[in-house]
Amino acid sequence: MCVAVPGEILSVDGDVATVDFFGNRMRVSLGLVDAKIGDHVLVHAGCAIEVMRREQAEELLVLLAELDEVLAPEREGRVR
Amino acid sequence: MTMREIIEDFRHWDGPDIRIMEVCGTHTAAILQGGIRSLLPKSITLLSGPGCPVCITPAAYIDKAVELAMREDCRLYSFGDMLKVKGSVRSLADAKAEGAHVRFLYSPLDLLEIAEKDPGHLHVFAAVGFETTAPVYAMLVKKAQESGLRNLKILTALRTILPALELILDSGDPVDAFLAPGHVSAIIGSDAYRSLAQRYNRPFTVAGFSPDHILLAIRQLAHAVREGRHDVCNLYPGAVHQEGNRKAQALLENVFEPGPSVWRGIGIIPESGLFLRESFTAFDAGSRGLDSDPPANPACRCTDVILGRIHPASCPMFGTVCTPQEAQGPCMVSDEGSCGIWYRFRGEI
Ligand code: SF4
Repeated sequence: MCVAVPGEILSVDGDVATVDFFGNRMRVSLGLVDAKIGDHVLVHAGCAIEVMRREQAEELLVLLAELDEVLAPEREGRVR
Repeated sequence: MTMREIIEDFRHWDGPDIRIMEVCGTHTAAILQGGIRSLLPKSITLLSGPGCPVCITPAAYIDKAVELAMREDCRLYSFGDMLKVKGSVRSLADAKAEGAHVRFLYSPLDLLEIAEKDPGHLHVFAAVGFETTAPVYAMLVKKAQESGLRNLKILTALRTILPALELILDSGDPVDAFLAPGHVSAIIGSDAYRSLAQRYNRPFTVAGFSPDHILLAIRQLAHAVREGRHDVCNLYPGAVHQEGNRKAQALLENVFEPGPSVWRGIGIIPESGLFLRESFTAFDAGSRGLDSDPPANPACRCTDVILGRIHPASCPMFGTVCTPQEAQGPCMVSDEGSCGIWYRFRGEI
């Protein structure tokens, strides 16, 4: 449940950003971070919790995709 | 250090027996995925800790959520993990099958719009989680207050991780070092472990999730234990700052106060819960005093699993009577529970 997923900020509108995850776009609150377009953010439950370095964001994405294949099949209403 | 160098270093390792606890469920999964145990010397044991917020939610809390969901005037929301965990009688999934109003949301913040559009119902989010999730609920409550919403509440079962680690250390269970959680640490900061590290003379390392990060962290911890050091190391500086996320901490402080709370199968841990402060009680759906926690199946060893005393696979019911489809305990029900993770990876030890 504490899984946070990294994504890249595509646009910012007030304290809400459009963030790209694996090609999916979602609206994410920026209320907890100072972030700008192009930044990678760690997103948890619809909220960016930290700005993140690009390389680590990419590593984490690869790992989460691998874990998903094993853990996700029957999951519903997931956090990410 | 490259992965090969670390593995080489471990091949010549001649340290004492060391038990390292990984606190976070995602670390547990990443360790199994990466086959990390097979790369370690026999003397280094990895244990899974209490890092699943759903698994430690007491029965009385689920009962209260079910009660709210059954009310005609009420709509209940949570994350998917909460669905199958049983209270003293039923789970939210059982209640839903009986007509209760339960829905799963990706973000608690979506509730602001839902509540505004449907003033005829009370909308309650079953707010479970550790420090990673708690600031999101704090933001929800703040925004609800600002927009004058009166039909939005949260039912909290929020827990903080440090008091639980302290309990593990006090209980005399032999954990020598901690692989600190990645995303909880993004909020609380790596410095948050310093006091425990010093008082109990145990090293902590915050790590990312890739196999080389985890191996490096384990090496770091093993060397620290062998040399009697109790450093706090941050090997995840790309996402975790020493001081954590100050904005999130300020918001938490503003909205919540610590209090005693029950961890399923463990009992009351002082100061380990977060409860809405008095100025926000209008948004509380009745979160205090949900302490009763009768065990569902007395033979379930979840308590020992959570405290790192046994591996999930050492429970006699693991994989036979107890599977994710027919879970006997909360550690098997949740995606982040140690037993569930081990089962899905067909956990080799
Ligand atoms: S395998 Fe099942 S019964 Fe055994 S400890 Fe885990 S959840 Fe409990």
